Amino acid sequence: MHGATMEVMTTPLPAPTRQVDPAAADDAVADTPWQAIVWNDPVNLMSYVTYVFQKLFGYPEPKATALMLDVHHKGRAAVSSGDRDKIEADVAKLHAAGLWATMQRT
Amino acid sequence: MRPWKRSGRGSRARLVATLEAPEAAVLRGLVGEVRQMLAERAEESPADELAELTGMRTGPSAAPEDRVLARLLPDFTRGDAELAGALRSLHEPALIEAKDAAAATVLDALPEGGGRVELTPAQADAWLAALNDVRLALGTALDVSEEMPDELPPDDPRAPHIGVYHWVTFVQDGLVQARMSVR
Repeated sequence: MHGATMEVMTTPLPAPTRQVDPAAADDAVADTPWQAIVWNDPVNLMSYVTYVFQKLFGYPEPKATALMLDVHHKGRAAVSSGDRDKIEADVAKLHAAGLWATMQRT
Repeated sequence: MRPWKRSGRGSRARLVATLEAPEAAVLRGLVGEVRQMLAERAEESPADELAELTGMRTGPSAAPEDRVLARLLPDFTRGDAELAGALRSLHEPALIEAKDAAAATVLDALPEGGGRVELTPAQADAWLAALNDVRLALGTALDVSEEMPDELPPDDPRAPHIGVYHWVTFVQDGLVQARMSVR
């Protein structure tokens, strides 16, 4: 990932666009069989990737930043999980944003 | 270029920048080229009668051979070619449409002779996606890597083009920062 600036870490961020009940989200992670994976690539900006995670999934800034750093340092990160239809739709949205994403069974 | 700034708040928030005429021409040219590549890919699989009847469009199941197009239109899975082909066929037409709409948003808002650009947050999101597509296309064509220095040695054939890539990076990153300041 291209780290043009790291100011994103301290910039005030927009409110999540989708409210997720944390308890429900955790349950969904526990017993659902598909994940959306985002892979590191040398072009996408760290700031942009963080913004996309917030906008598409409604993640708060610390979670979006942590996922972005996982992608950057580990080469990949699971960014959402759920049933196949949901993950298929998530990957389609990530592709529209230009991120390199795939889906896989957990 | 006068870089991106937020103007106004709430429903009146806008992202504003001013581009010089040559900058506008370069950006319009790059966005237009990406759009053209995607349109040619879409034309390879014209809608058949069944698709017209059912409204279910299908695209090709094989990934593009061209590596720039392949990066713009990635596979949905790794290691399961059959599923990847089926999902590509199902989703690629809509993905190309989304990228085309984002490109059109840039061309609509960017005066041909340069000047002030004023975007709503939704338009800014389309600009971010279209600028990212341009950077993916350029970055793939130029073999950009994370270790690549900002300037290439003069005998590198990519040296004359890398400046444009860095400039589009600057434009996109500035717009991300400004967009994130809109609540």
